[in-house]
Amino acid sequence: MPNQNLRPPTIAVTPKDYQDLAKKLTPKPTIVRNSFWAFMVGGTICALGQVIINLFAAAGLGRQEASTAATALMILLGALLTGIGVYDEIGKYAGAGSIVPVTGFANSIVSPALEFKREGYVLGVGARLFTVAGPVLVFGITTSIVVGMVYYLWH
Amino acid sequence: MFEMVVSAFLVGGVLCVLGQLLMDLTKPSFTPAHVLVTFVTGGAILGALGWYKPLVDIGGAGATIPLSGFGYTLAKGAIEGVSQRGFIGIFSGGVEAAAVGIAAAVLFGYLVSVTFNPKG
Repeated sequence: MPNQNLRPPTIAVTPKDYQDLAKKLTPKPTIVRNSFWAFMVGGTICALGQVIINLFAAAGLGRQEASTAATALMILLGALLTGIGVYDEIGKYAGAGSIVPVTGFANSIVSPALEFKREGYVLGVGARLFTVAGPVLVFGITTSIVVGMVYYLWH
Repeated sequence: MFEMVVSAFLVGGVLCVLGQLLMDLTKPSFTPAHVLVTFVTGGAILGALGWYKPLVDIGGAGATIPLSGFGYTLAKGAIEGVSQRGFIGIFSGGVEAAAVGIAAAVLFGYLVSVTFNPKG
């Protein structure tokens, strides 16, 4: 005689049902959305850079000088926007769109320096400026020296 | 004033998508610092191979404003340094070419950090 106390499981879920449910409840991959915003914001920053280059060129600078001056101005812009707290707001949506351009490099310099300002102007600001810029310079300059060395031996 | 702006938008946008994919597909080990280092190194290597210049010719600021453009400038400078000065150019060329960017980053970074205060 079957035991009357044995109830069937309250939720009749097969493993497949469970997997479907889990899939439905997992947040949708945000890769496409992230890429879209990275494209839009990164593209806009570069387009702005191009407008600045064109303006410098119209003011009589050579192509190379105009490009260099525009990069410096974009660094100033990125640093200022970080200082007033706007750049990090942009970064919440833009992801790599606000990291990859040189304005993001400026942001990576100012952000930690501001955060550790209370540790002083030398070991706080001065040192923390290079939290990310340090590795960038180490890898960038080292690569350029290796490139120079290979070119020197080659020719 | 608006010449090359569209191509700068497109090339710059695509480079940023590459950075975003690097981050999204390798989470969480790949931080923004890793993205920047990868772009500088990658730009320098592509520049040395002569593959980055076409991108600069097409995209203008779209190729020079991303950090890969900084790497390209470093590598290009090293090669020019060697052709002009020989051995010592290996060491001087890259940093010389990138000097304005480095100086601007240090000066503006320090001034802004001293002037403003952190939020919160």
